[in-house]
Amino acid sequence: MAAPKFDNPIVRWIDYRLPVFTFMHHEMHEYPTPKNLNYWWNFGSLAGFMLIVLIVTGIVLAMNYTPHVDHAFDSVERIRRDVPFGWLVQFIHMNGASFFFIVVYIHIFRGIYYGSYKSPREILWILGVVIMLLMMATAFMGYVLPWGQMSFWGATVITNLFSAIPLVGEHIVSWLWGGFAVDNPTLNRFYSLHYLLPFVIVGVVVLHVVALHTHGSNNPLGIELRGKQDSIPFHPYYTVKDFFGLGLFLTIFCLFVFFAPDYLGHPDNYVPANPLVTPPHIVPEWYFLPFYAILRAIPDKLLGVVAMFAAIAVLFILPWLDRSPVRSARFRPIYKQVFWLLVIDCLVLGYIGAKPAEGWYIHIGRLATVYYFAHFLVILPLLSVFERPRPLPLSIGEPVLGGGGPSPPGGGSAGAMERA
Amino acid sequence: MRNRLIGAALAAVRGLAVLPGAASAAGDGPQPPEREWSFNGIFGTFDRAALQRGYQVYREVCAACHSMRLLYYRNLMQIGLSEAAAKVEAANAFIVDGPDSEGEMFERPGKLSDRFVSPFPNDNAAKAANGGALPPDLSLMAKNQAGGPDYIAAVLTGYADPPEGMEMSDTQSYNMYYSGHRIAMPPPLSDDLVEYADGTPATVDQMAVDVSHFLMFAAEPQLEDRHRLGVKVIIFLLVLTGILYALKRKVWSAVH
Repeated sequence: MAAPKFDNPIVRWIDYRLPVFTFMHHEMHEYPTPKNLNYWWNFGSLAGFMLIVLIVTGIVLAMNYTPHVDHAFDSVERIRRDVPFGWLVQFIHMNGASFFFIVVYIHIFRGIYYGSYKSPREILWILGVVIMLLMMATAFMGYVLPWGQMSFWGATVITNLFSAIPLVGEHIVSWLWGGFAVDNPTLNRFYSLHYLLPFVIVGVVVLHVVALHTHGSNNPLGIELRGKQDSIPFHPYYTVKDFFGLGLFLTIFCLFVFFAPDYLGHPDNYVPANPLVTPPHIVPEWYFLPFYAILRAIPDKLLGVVAMFAAIAVLFILPWLDRSPVRSARFRPIYKQVFWLLVIDCLVLGYIGAKPAEGWYIHIGRLATVYYFAHFLVILPLLSVFERPRPLPLSIGEPVLGGGGPSPPGGGSAGAMERA
Repeated sequence: MRNRLIGAALAAVRGLAVLPGAASAAGDGPQPPEREWSFNGIFGTFDRAALQRGYQVYREVCAACHSMRLLYYRNLMQIGLSEAAAKVEAANAFIVDGPDSEGEMFERPGKLSDRFVSPFPNDNAAKAANGGALPPDLSLMAKNQAGGPDYIAAVLTGYADPPEGMEMSDTQSYNMYYSGHRIAMPPPLSDDLVEYADGTPATVDQMAVDVSHFLMFAAEPQLEDRHRLGVKVIIFLLVLTGILYALKRKVWSAVH
C-alpha cells in the first residue's frame, strides 16, 4: 500500500506525523469490497450506528438518573416529564435497545445464510457471538435500571437461574445480588456494569472490524474475489449505500420512537418495583423470548439453564459443525430450506416464550427447542456430507458480465432484496 | 422478610419449569371495548375540554382515595387552565412543609411547583381507610394497564351484579373488566355525581371517558410534543432517504 498523495498541506503535515489519513484512505478507499453485496450487508454498519446512538443517549440519561431503589423509578419519570427533550432521549434509548437487537439478529441470520462464518472468517464470527453475549448482558442490566415491576422480577428470576449450579449456586446468587435479595446493591452494580459493558462491546467491535478487514467481506455468491473486476472501493459505493439504508432504517425506528414508544415494552414496568407483589406473568424483553422458551422447555431447572446457554454456545462452534466447502446457501438446495426452517423455528420459540407455560404451548416449545439443537448438531453435519451443492460460478464478474450466463439460483426473498 | 423474598423468587423460578396448569392466564375478562381518543394517531392531540372535565372528576371523586404523585400543579396549565386558575387550584391544597427555623413542620397553601397532594400520608394509612386494599397511584395508570385508557373507561363503567353462584365479600364489587372480577373499589361513579362547568351532562360514561382522557395526559404530559416533533422528523427522514436513494443510484450507475 503506497501512501496516497494528499493535496491539502495541513493534511500532509498531520499525516506525515500521524498517518490517520493514510489509514482512512487504506481502510475506506483502497479496501476492496465485493461489488455484489446486497442490502442484507447493510446491517453490520447499522449495528455499529445503533451502538453509538445507545452510548450517546445513555451518557445523557446517566446525567439525570439516580441509581437508588427509592429514586430510580421517579428519576426516569422525571427524565420523561421534566428534563428538556428527556422523553425523546429516553424513548430513543429504550427503543434503540430493541432495534439494536433486530439489526444484530438480521446480521447474524445473514451470516448464517451466506456462510460468512466459514474459513477464513471463523474468528470474525466468534467475535460477533461474543458481541451478542455482551449485548444481552448489557440489555438485561439496563432493563433493571428503571426499577419497575418487570425490572425487579426479571432481575430476580434471571439471577436466580444461577442458583441451579450445584454446590456453589446459592453463593453465586447472593454474590451477584450483593445481599440476600435483589435490592439496592444489585441496582448499583447493574448500573455500573451497564455503563461499562458498552465500551467493552466497542472494543470487541474494533477487533470484529479488524478481523473483517483482514480478509474482506463475504458476498452473496460466497466465492473468493478473482481480481480487480470483482471488487469496488468501499467509499463511495458502500458508504452511500449504507447511508441510504440508514435513512430507511431511521424512518422505521422513528415511527416507533415517536408514535409507538411503548409498543415493544411491557405495561408492568410502569408500576414501581414491589418485592411483595409478583406480577402474574414475568416475561423478559422480546429479544430474549426464544432463549426464555428454551429455558422453560426443559422441566429441570439446571438442565434448562444449561440448554439456554448452550443455545448460544452452539453458535461458537458453528464454523466446525457446518463442514460444507460451499458458503452461500444459493448453491446449497437443501441448506437453503433448513435455513428458513431455522428462522421459523426461532420465531416459534419467541412466540412460545411470550406465552404462559401451559397446554399445547409446552409441547410446541419442546419440539421447537429440539429442532433448534437438531439443526446445528445433526442436520448441519449430515448436510456437509450428503448435500450435493450446485456448481459455483467462476467469479463474481461472470454472472454479471456474462449477461446470458447461468443466473444465480438465488430466488426467494434474498434474491428480491438484491440490487447491487 | 428476606427469607420470604427468596421464597417468592424461588417460587417464580420454579414457575419457569414447565408444569401443565402451573400458570394461569390472568386476562380472564372480556377485552375492553376500543374507543375513539383524540390523542390517538400520529396527529393526535388532547381535547382540552375533556382534560379539564376529567381533572374535575379526578379532583372531586378519585382524589378522595387515589394519589397522583407524579403530577405538579403547574401541569394544570398544560390542560388549558390559566396560570391564575392553576395557582388557585394549588392554593386549595395544604402542603406540609418544613422544618422552619424553629424546627417545626408547618402547613402552607400549595404552589405551582408542588406535586399533587396525596389523600393519605402513607400506604398503610391508605390501606387502613380502604378495607385493607391500597388504592393505586393514578399517575401512570393509563400506561401500566394493558389497554390503557380503554381499560380504565371499561373498568369504571364495568360494574354489574355478580353472576349466579359467585360469592362476593362486603368489601368487593363485581366488575366485568377487572382481572378476577373482584374489585375492592366500590362503583365510584353515578350519574350527575359532578356538575361540569361547561354544562356537559355528567353521565357515568361521560365521566369515565373524561377521567380516562385526563389519566392519559397524566401518564404522558409530553404526548403532544412527541407527536408534533415526530411528524416533522418523519417528513425530514423521508425526504433525506429519497435524496440518498437518488445519490446511491447515481454513484452506482458506473458499476451496473
